[in-house]
Amino acid sequence: MSCIEQMKYEILLDRTTYKDAREYIEKNSDEVFYVSPGYKIFRDYHIIGVPPIALGAKGSALTFTYTKPCYGTFVLTVDNEDSIKEIEKLREKEKEKGKGAPSPKKSKPSESSKKPPSSFLDMWKK
Amino acid sequence: MAGAKVLLMMGCPEVPIQTSIALYLSHKLTSSGFDVTVAGTGAANQLLKVSDSDGYYVKKLVNLDKTLENVIEKRADFDICFAFMHNDAGMTYAATMSAISGAKLYSIVFGRNADALAETIEFDCEKIIEKAAHNPIQLKKKLDSILEGMVE
Repeated sequence: MSCIEQMKYEILLDRTTYKDAREYIEKNSDEVFYVSPGYKIFRDYHIIGVPPIALGAKGSALTFTYTKPCYGTFVLTVDNEDSIKEIEKLREKEKEKGKGAPSPKKSKPSESSKKPPSSFLDMWKK
Repeated sequence: MAGAKVLLMMGCPEVPIQTSIALYLSHKLTSSGFDVTVAGTGAANQLLKVSDSDGYYVKKLVNLDKTLENVIEKRADFDICFAFMHNDAGMTYAATMSAISGAKLYSIVFGRNADALAETIEFDCEKIIEKAAHNPIQLKKKLDSILEGMVE
């Protein structure tokens, strides 16, 4: 079990395709960073995904994809000290790439007709 | 190719033919001299364990996420990988394997939405597509022709 499942997170989008999850992050983040599959966040979570993998920052929150083989891809967000560190790390990585800071994006929360479950435990109960 | 390291990457086991084809491929490849590892989710692995309780067909059975982590951390890699997929998550795992591993990748795309799912594959791989969910025979035939080429 990845440390993600033990963290306090919010589910923004559940059981979707990887493509839709990436688009959600791109549309709903202030900054978007692109990394390769396997990129590690929060100590031990290697991101599973179809390149390019998008990570979003909105304030101090980090938004990312989480794929479960039987349930599809989720968009999760974590807002704590660790997410601040991860966002800083991503900004540093961008600078090292020599491409400058990622382009700021307007935040436009998507409207969903159904409220996503608040945790994986809720989903298992469904 | 004998001795080559082969990974069979199983996804969600809700479509029945995955388990039988994984058992078949593992045994066939092992018998041909390949070093076969089967990686799956908890449920997929339990299905295999119960079906092959003495480990006759599957010699090495490991956790899928742990295996990917080992490849990412460069603690392991494979020469050939067969990735089973019948949903978008399976395709996503295979895309990850394609990006992190040097293995020659075969995507086994099956289930009722096999054709549509196969169209979403953007990474480099050989696709084996069969719209079957319950009867593994047509998929087995397609895999047999691939295996013939591998053991020659």
